[in-house]
Amino acid sequence: MDRSDRPPAVEMRGIVKRFPGVLANDHIHFAVHAGEIHALLGENGAGKSTLMNILSGLYRPDAGEIWICPRGQTQPRRVDIRSPRDAINLGIGMVHQHFMLVPTLTVAENVILGLKDPRFLLRMRHVEEKIKQLSRQYHLQVDPSAYIWQLSVGEQQRVEIIKLLYRGAEVLILDEPTAVLTPQEAEELGRTLRRMAEEGKAIIFITHKLDEVIVFSDRVTVLRAGRNIATLDTARTDKAELARLMVGREVLFRVEKPAGVVCTNGEPPVLEVIQVEALNDRGLPALQGVSLEVCSGEIVGIAGVAGNGQRELAEVVTGLRPVTRGRVLVRGQDLTNQPPLRFIEAGVSHIPGDRLGMGLAGNLPVSDNLVMKAYRREPIANGPFLSRRAVLSFAQKLIQAFQIVTPTASVPVRTLSGGNLQKTILAREITASRDFASDHRRVLVAIHPTRGLDVGATEAVHRTLLEQRAQGAAILLISEDLEELLALADRIAVMYEGCIMGVVDATSANIEQLGLMMAGETHMTKETADRL
Amino acid sequence: MDVVLLISILTITIRAGTSLLYATIGEILTERSGILNLGVEGMMIMGAVSAFAAAFHTGSVWAGVATAIVVGGSLALIHAFLTITLRADQTVSGLALTIFGSGLASFLGQRLGPGGQPLVGQVGPRFEKIALPLLSDIPFLGDALFRQDVLVYGMYLLVPLAWFILYKTRPGLHLRAVGESPHTADAMGVNVPGLRYFYTVLGGMLVGLGGAHLSLAYTPGWTENLTSGRGWIAIALVIFATWDPARAVVGALLFGGVNAIQFRLQAAGTTIPAAFLNMLPYAFTVIVLVLITWWEAFRKRVGAPAALGVPYMREEVT
Amino acid sequence: MPFSLKLEKRLEESKIIAFLVPLGSLLLALVFGAILLQSVGADPLRTYSAMIEGAFGTPVQWTQGDFYALTETLVKATPLMICGLAVSIAFRMLFWNIGAEGQLVMGGFAAGAVALWLPGMAPWLPHWAFLPLMALAGIVAGAAWGILPGLLKAYVKVNEIITTLMLNYIAILWLQYLYYGPWKDPKGFGFPGTAQFEPFTWLPRLIGRVHWGLVFALLAAIFIWLILSRTRWGYEIRLIGENPVAARYAGINIGRNIVLVMFLSGGLAGLAGMAEVAGISHRLQHGLAVGYGFTAIIVAWLAKLNPWGVVVVAFLLAALLVGGDQIQITMGLPAAMASVLQGAILFFMLGGNILTRYRVRIVRSLPAECTQEG
Repeated sequence: MDRSDRPPAVEMRGIVKRFPGVLANDHIHFAVHAGEIHALLGENGAGKSTLMNILSGLYRPDAGEIWICPRGQTQPRRVDIRSPRDAINLGIGMVHQHFMLVPTLTVAENVILGLKDPRFLLRMRHVEEKIKQLSRQYHLQVDPSAYIWQLSVGEQQRVEIIKLLYRGAEVLILDEPTAVLTPQEAEELGRTLRRMAEEGKAIIFITHKLDEVIVFSDRVTVLRAGRNIATLDTARTDKAELARLMVGREVLFRVEKPAGVVCTNGEPPVLEVIQVEALNDRGLPALQGVSLEVCSGEIVGIAGVAGNGQRELAEVVTGLRPVTRGRVLVRGQDLTNQPPLRFIEAGVSHIPGDRLGMGLAGNLPVSDNLVMKAYRREPIANGPFLSRRAVLSFAQKLIQAFQIVTPTASVPVRTLSGGNLQKTILAREITASRDFASDHRRVLVAIHPTRGLDVGATEAVHRTLLEQRAQGAAILLISEDLEELLALADRIAVMYEGCIMGVVDATSANIEQLGLMMAGETHMTKETADRL
Repeated sequence: MDVVLLISILTITIRAGTSLLYATIGEILTERSGILNLGVEGMMIMGAVSAFAAAFHTGSVWAGVATAIVVGGSLALIHAFLTITLRADQTVSGLALTIFGSGLASFLGQRLGPGGQPLVGQVGPRFEKIALPLLSDIPFLGDALFRQDVLVYGMYLLVPLAWFILYKTRPGLHLRAVGESPHTADAMGVNVPGLRYFYTVLGGMLVGLGGAHLSLAYTPGWTENLTSGRGWIAIALVIFATWDPARAVVGALLFGGVNAIQFRLQAAGTTIPAAFLNMLPYAFTVIVLVLITWWEAFRKRVGAPAALGVPYMREEVT
Repeated sequence: MPFSLKLEKRLEESKIIAFLVPLGSLLLALVFGAILLQSVGADPLRTYSAMIEGAFGTPVQWTQGDFYALTETLVKATPLMICGLAVSIAFRMLFWNIGAEGQLVMGGFAAGAVALWLPGMAPWLPHWAFLPLMALAGIVAGAAWGILPGLLKAYVKVNEIITTLMLNYIAILWLQYLYYGPWKDPKGFGFPGTAQFEPFTWLPRLIGRVHWGLVFALLAAIFIWLILSRTRWGYEIRLIGENPVAARYAGINIGRNIVLVMFLSGGLAGLAGMAEVAGISHRLQHGLAVGYGFTAIIVAWLAKLNPWGVVVVAFLLAALLVGGDQIQITMGLPAAMASVLQGAILFFMLGGNILTRYRVRIVRSLPAECTQEG
């Protein structure tokens, strides 16, 4: 492809963006042409989303220029994008990782949100016609009169794309679009993107997955620590080179993992979930007859597209969500619908997906966060009193043992980095389960334990989980990252619409097979699951 | 049942419910934008005292109404500035507004009479009842519905208008989106802080107008503590109405009805002590609130705008 | 030229600014009050000095051993301290108890009931037993009035702001019913109020009208401080207040804590009511519900929910109240001036708090950059 005769559709020059304590974008230069699919590759925190949020008008850069050259023109012009509305007026639109949709409005209402037309009265029929036409043209199947909360995640993403097309976007930015899709849905998305590129639109997609870059993109720009490291033609590079550019050093694709202990016949499972049914926050069925066993010394991974009951499963096995049917057993004890404290006392520890939302109280000091489970026991508890000295010495011990980087134990925990927040939770949870469970047979429930962490912190978390496994903990690992599950888990269960589609052995599993199950395609019988 | 008695109860019900309904609609609009304003009581009582003072000195009820609207809107503007621009806690700011408003109303009530004297006991202009031609001749209902003051008629227009704008127009779509998901609305180019300012101030104006109805029509004149908790009842009504202007009518009629029955009983010389009758609206509020909360939880419904009370800030690293 | 405020989040709260904000808020509120006074034709400086003298007295009076003003301020500070502590412990765990007023009234009612009727019913009781019984009755009644909205919040999730507030009106009307009706003193010449209590049910006085309630208040402050900083329960309250989701995750029963905290909160407010009737009025009458429960909200917030802060702020706001009464008496200005100033201080504090959390920069927005051709 020869693009030298036309200026780029969008060119960002010397973009700088600072957040308190972070330099998110450091003089980044980035250009994308009409008709190409351009991957923006980088680790979490590399500055990809920040750069694109600047282009889509959500953030304002501290320095730098943006030049655009609309279709049919030959001279680029400098633009000042002050808001998302400015961006869309210039034909630039973004599909965010967290969808920008109002759940209580319909598809059509979401599509016209913020538009000048219709001016006053909402005449929806005309809008719905236009949406149907777009969805035919780009093969984006969606019902314009449905409410957003009724749609699956994949459908919601289609609404997001239609929204941009409806606005006549020529430059489409997609932030990690495949994170919420099954592999098959992701392929379908790839075809849609190609169709749009062929029509002359410029497509930017943000990702940290190397496979997607190779399969989908024409060109790729690699960001690292806020800087543009390289822009390459995809055809002239490979995964290894991209990985090296992204991380700054050679990376191993597999974690070293010793052989696991398979459940022996004599020892009962540490965690047993039997035919459990539960409702989600809206009162709709979220778990529909889930059965699962986790043995001592075993990591069972839960794969699945977000929103298929994983969160509810984690809450059920930690006592945070009542079950409407079925039983939950820990170490043979029936804890069905017991309060969370009973689970904690039975040796169940929980590394929640939302660190500052659930796992920590951001404004309280690190020390108070570390004793969140130990405060009920001696020596920290002294009758109804709390020994301040014991709190501090307990905290100091954990800070050292888990290498938590913090100025002191009394700074508010929210001032710590993501990796250290996770270490704080790990330190507390592992110590708690060790203290409460009388033997090695304890339970660790971890949800997206490495989400948003850099490579070093991710490795530390993986190492800790494997150590716990070696010491005999039964670990339930919920993750959307199939690579992580394949690397860490002994068995992988796939969830789809509140059911377990099947359980496979991690050593023999492959991504395609898991992907089909994540899409609800194959339902393995109990016998096959048992055999695996 | 005595028809005359029923008509008189209905008439009082509507009159008593009017100020509540203005305040409730105002607060619904404010809360729909995601701003919780607990200063309704303060804005309402300031609306009442300023309406009466202005009407008293100018001799015009309309000057009173205009003043109440401006005062209600200005007080709401303080809340908007504190919570939207300065991101202060909405609960505390609203409480501060109520304390401030109640104190200032009491202060002004003692100074704004003739020659710096108290306003208490003064007689000023008031809204007279106007019988609407033809409509007021409808048997039974005509008397109750269409022999009322102008502000009651204004409410007849306001409620359908508020409902229509909220659900059938572009500004209404934006309002619903801002309270439900400000990030989305912002990303789609809706001016979130702007709309929040607008609807907070508009809400305050309507609350002020509700106060004006109290001091210019319902119980003309000024007494200390004139609103006696009506602002708080309005906030309860917002929950009762599940943030829907149409359902607010039912709530306001219910509470107006309680007031009316209380009046009738008192007028009829009941043996029930006045204090117990006066307790009725407050006890009723608690009971209704418990029932509606229980019912909505039972139906697994969350009526409140998802972003209610949550400050919105665009630039945040996540 | 357009300006806009640009806010940058501070990583840590600035201690100096956290100290300066309340000071600045007080000054700005006084300026606002001065404008208000000027606009109604009063002399702000004279008014303010009258308020200060009314609240603290003058050096001349002090040298003559006249501490009347100061003691009156302490009298008003007593219920403000106790109620301020009561609401601050509830606010700590994000339970918006706006009902201290009603809880205080119910406490006063129950203590009054004991003082009025128990001597007749149990003449064999020793006199020294009455005050403890009255305190107990006040605490229980206040706690009951606080637990009701607590239960409703904990188990039905009913908005506590509205329930606590509505219960205020009900409590006040209930008390009114009693002293206007069945409990009215038959020898009171139609004056609304009960008969005076027997002297052995009076709280001993310390100096002037300052009574043992002040000691209760200081003990309560120590008690609350101990609970919050030294006990497991206090830790749970702090955790719930900072992040209820994390608290539940840590195995804390939030519903039970709401009920327990409302027992404490309502009980304290009830104790304040007992102290008022047993220490000051010695009968149930109009004037028990004068807004201490509402001012307590301001006290708690200005003190940032810190128990020692509550003691200090309650004293200062009491001075404002006494000063307000003083200008009503000597200058004919409305005593409501005090509530206006309180509201204004709170507004400025709320606005000023942003400075402790954010760095505010005023940026002059550049004129929109023109799109250049080629």
